[in-house]
Amino acid sequence: MADYSYVREDMLPEREPPVSEVGIIGWLRENLFSGWFNSILTILSLMFIYMILAAIVPWLWTPTWGAGSLSECREIIADLGKQHGGACYGVITERWQQLLFGFYPDELRWRPILTFLGLFVALGPVLFSDVFPRKVLWFTGAYLFLAPWLMWGGAIWTPLLVAAGPALGYLAYRFLYGVIGNLGAVIVAVLVPILFWLFLVGPISSGLFSVIPLGLEVVESRLFGGFMLSVWIGVVAIAISLVLGVVLALGRQSDLLIVKYLSVGFIEFIRGVPLITLLFVASTLLNIFMPPGTNFDIILRVMIMATLFASAYIAEVVRGGLAALPRGQYEAADALGLDYWKAQRLIILPQALKISIPGIVSTFIGLFKDTTLVSIIGLLDPIGLTGSIRADANWNGIVWELYGFIALLFFLSCFAMSRYSMWLEKKLRKDHH
Amino acid sequence: MKTSVFLGALTAAGMMAGAASAATLDDVQARGSLKCGANSGLTGFAAPDANGRWEGFDVAVCRAVAAAVLGDPEAVEFVPTTPKTRFTALASGEVDILSRNTTWTLTRDVDLKFTFAGVNYYDGQGFIVPKALGVSSAKELDGATVCIQTGTTTELNLADFFRTNNISYEPVPIETNAEAQQQYLAGACDTYTTDASGLAATRASFETPTDHAILPEIISKEPLGPLVRHGDDEWADIVRWTLNALIAAEEFGITSTNIEELSNGTDNPEINRILGTEGTMGEMLGLEADWAMKAIMANGNYGEIFEKNIGESTPIGLARGLNAQWKDGGLLYAPPFR
Repeated sequence: MADYSYVREDMLPEREPPVSEVGIIGWLRENLFSGWFNSILTILSLMFIYMILAAIVPWLWTPTWGAGSLSECREIIADLGKQHGGACYGVITERWQQLLFGFYPDELRWRPILTFLGLFVALGPVLFSDVFPRKVLWFTGAYLFLAPWLMWGGAIWTPLLVAAGPALGYLAYRFLYGVIGNLGAVIVAVLVPILFWLFLVGPISSGLFSVIPLGLEVVESRLFGGFMLSVWIGVVAIAISLVLGVVLALGRQSDLLIVKYLSVGFIEFIRGVPLITLLFVASTLLNIFMPPGTNFDIILRVMIMATLFASAYIAEVVRGGLAALPRGQYEAADALGLDYWKAQRLIILPQALKISIPGIVSTFIGLFKDTTLVSIIGLLDPIGLTGSIRADANWNGIVWELYGFIALLFFLSCFAMSRYSMWLEKKLRKDHH
Repeated sequence: MKTSVFLGALTAAGMMAGAASAATLDDVQARGSLKCGANSGLTGFAAPDANGRWEGFDVAVCRAVAAAVLGDPEAVEFVPTTPKTRFTALASGEVDILSRNTTWTLTRDVDLKFTFAGVNYYDGQGFIVPKALGVSSAKELDGATVCIQTGTTTELNLADFFRTNNISYEPVPIETNAEAQQQYLAGACDTYTTDASGLAATRASFETPTDHAILPEIISKEPLGPLVRHGDDEWADIVRWTLNALIAAEEFGITSTNIEELSNGTDNPEINRILGTEGTMGEMLGLEADWAMKAIMANGNYGEIFEKNIGESTPIGLARGLNAQWKDGGLLYAPPFR
């Protein structure tokens, strides 16, 4: 019989895992060098990345921020002895304010900045409903009317009167509901504010202004430009198109024949036409249709077109969300005895919109980037301004620096929007996967 | 009943609009500013500087007109236009005057119903080639690849030129001047063709301008000038004679530095008539007596404007050439102020 002279009676102490399996080395072994094939791929990729960086970084890393012209840049670069040239950042130093604000007067730039900051406060209660008190929602409502006033200036009475429009519509609805029935009252309630805005706001506002002259200096649309113009067109179009889009999507699902076919016709027409065509209609065709001398603000025209364009797409995205809801949800709403609007508001739309978030945000990002198309009709958005800046004899010949700067601005904005939508999806996820 | 009221309102609106468009001068004076259609960016001719102030050779015409009409060269609203939007902007009344390196052609004058108020720059289409190509004449460009902006008259001129000389070429279509510069420098085409003034500006922006040559052939006539709508001859007269005043001022030696002195009266009756110390020229035009004096004081005379924006002292470095006074062998010939 064998004599087992040694039997371990205590556990071995835990030891550190081998160096090759943990930490950076372990990670490298696992992810980059897990076999001869993967190792070769890793080395090739690293070489490839190095080659690209070696070409770009020296170009990017050029201290030309102080140069006053392209030729000065070239002298600096020549002094540095760079083989393949370098970036000329002097143009950004000189023109970044123009690229951001266009020709908006220097001393009034606090207004677009304030509008932009106000946007975040106004969006707060909508986007982060758990953080902000509900009272901030009042600010959001007021912001809709204050923002255009801050941007364009004019009498304080105009935004107040414009805000009174919906209230008038509501009054008309309450008053007429008993007299001519629901449908008639709704139609009148929509028409009253529109007629009020078109024909009464202007005279009343100037009348009040002559009595109590409260207001801001007027800034004309032609001074709007740069990234501010893109953001302004984008934000307005996004805000309005979301509302219009939901209405159109519901209209397309509606049982009312006229409403349904109007919605279908609108959506299909707008989606069948390129945005640039609509912009040309806004900039040239409308000019010919309207009597000479009428001055219908070009930026307003562009905003309307961008809004209509985006709302058609939003409508289809939301319709996708509506179609994805199980039939049982609609039936359950009916079974509870809710009427159409309550059912939509409490049961259908919250679920449908949640499903549609990625599509809606993609549409918004697309719309925001599409605002650069306005350069083709002569508006000086960042892309349009690059042409004007290059027309300066000092900067003629500069291409990549300007486009790079603009790309960076757009990337930051769009990336923020995309991150936000992912966060929102996570927050609204009610099921537990 | 309702329809007739509506139609009546429309007619009234139409008539008012018609009346409004007939007297551009009154509109401009009532508004207190001149709306000028400008190029959104063309080196030397129109560009906003870092502070957003528009400057350039075409811009100077608008400033001179504003000075003549309103007494203030800064009372101009510049509306940037593209080749596609410029004519609608003028026809629809969005701008009062279009000063945007626009070639005077029969169709634009007659069919599009505009009135050209004169020529402020005689341009022509040329070619730029790298000196390494060893070409000294456009006729040696047989089989060359040519960068060409699509949808412009230059494209048609190019086809005509190669056909009449019985040589072949391969077009490389491009959209903007900036793109053309990049393509040409990258060697995507042997030569780039556009207006000679544009070529000079392009060449000036290169790292080594001396490696590139502008060929001597000018293959088209491009008289560029300010234009206004048909049907308001009084307004067209004002623009035409403001331009003439700038040109005549150079001919008679009136400059921005000596104009104050000359305005006290001189021995030359024509100078006196231009500056409004003699005769009633201003009154005939519906302007102040010193309208031309203000126009000239805005940016100086034609020669001063040329030197400051596109002349040989600037990076663009254009010679006067065709744009010299008739006395110096050029084409500038202002009719008499009489």
